[in-house]
Amino acid sequence: MVTAVTSFGRSGLSDWLLQRISAVILLAYFICIGGTLLGGVDYASWKAMFELTSMRIFSLLAVLSLAAHAWIGMWAVLTDYLTERLMGNKGNVLRIAFQILCSLVIFVYVVWTVQILWGY
Amino acid sequence: MMLNVSIYRYNPETDSEPRMQDFQVDTGGKDLMVLDVLELIKSQDTTVVYRRSCREGVCGSDGLNMNGKNGLACITPLSETVKNNKLVIRPLPGLPVIRDLVVDMSLFYAQYEKVEPYLQNDTPAPAIERLQSPEDREKLDGLYECILCACCSTSCPSFWWNPDRFIGPAGLLQAYRFLADSRDTATNERLAKLDDPFSVFRCHGIQNCVNVCPKGLNPTRAIGHIRNMLLTRAT
Repeated sequence: MVTAVTSFGRSGLSDWLLQRISAVILLAYFICIGGTLLGGVDYASWKAMFELTSMRIFSLLAVLSLAAHAWIGMWAVLTDYLTERLMGNKGNVLRIAFQILCSLVIFVYVVWTVQILWGY
Repeated sequence: MMLNVSIYRYNPETDSEPRMQDFQVDTGGKDLMVLDVLELIKSQDTTVVYRRSCREGVCGSDGLNMNGKNGLACITPLSETVKNNKLVIRPLPGLPVIRDLVVDMSLFYAQYEKVEPYLQNDTPAPAIERLQSPEDREKLDGLYECILCACCSTSCPSFWWNPDRFIGPAGLLQAYRFLADSRDTATNERLAKLDDPFSVFRCHGIQNCVNVCPKGLNPTRAIGHIRNMLLTRAT
């Protein structure tokens, strides 16, 4: 059993399941947005759509899914390529630095999205 | 008919870096196996080093990378791998080279050891043998045939980057072989050891392992079964 404290759910199974569920949610969201855009929108109808509580919940769900999906994906990439095995101790420093950077960026995006959805 | 063969040469004791050496081999117009070609090269240059034993795809010693694809040299005919009369032979990728085409398989074996590839049963042993129904025995088909040649694990990028943490297709095929065995009682303990982000879940399902297995086995499917067992147990 390999331990990992920086993975999203601390368990391979939980990360794997969440990655799939979040992918389905994102697919549904982008189909919904894409369909709306293809149907033709103006400012008023777009604004009205995002004033619906249901759309705000759906949008927030999509953004949280994106955050989890991005974290799990980036974590897998970073632990593949920025490792002690490939780069020596430099790999450990770079990996942790990039992990912190990723989580900060994701956090900022989530807060910013909440502000956009409920702030106007 | 002269075949152009390019072979990876490296002796860590004397060479500063690996190089490719070209040979011309007279195949006599026959569709030889790659191992036959290596034997002909050995008669030209006795310093070329490779592993071989049974020469019939049973022992798993001569796993090599031939024109970019892993396989057993003894059962790979030239007609299957040679393009434009050219054959490039390299050691299995991702493992340290001991010399020329011989790789150090320690990491591969360490992963195999991790899955405890032997039957575990804590109930008292019966007088003669532990019986298994034909249906339960059938579940082991496609799993027990693995010869541990390492063609699959060394074609897997996840294994290249994390050979110390990802068990790899060969080890996971064997893990499932014992998870699926009706006579084994350590199923829960076995699963508990696999539920981390690396051991099983570094598999992203690209199926290089399925593509190269010389015995036609399907490690990706076995890994899927392990995932389902973990999911059933934990949800």
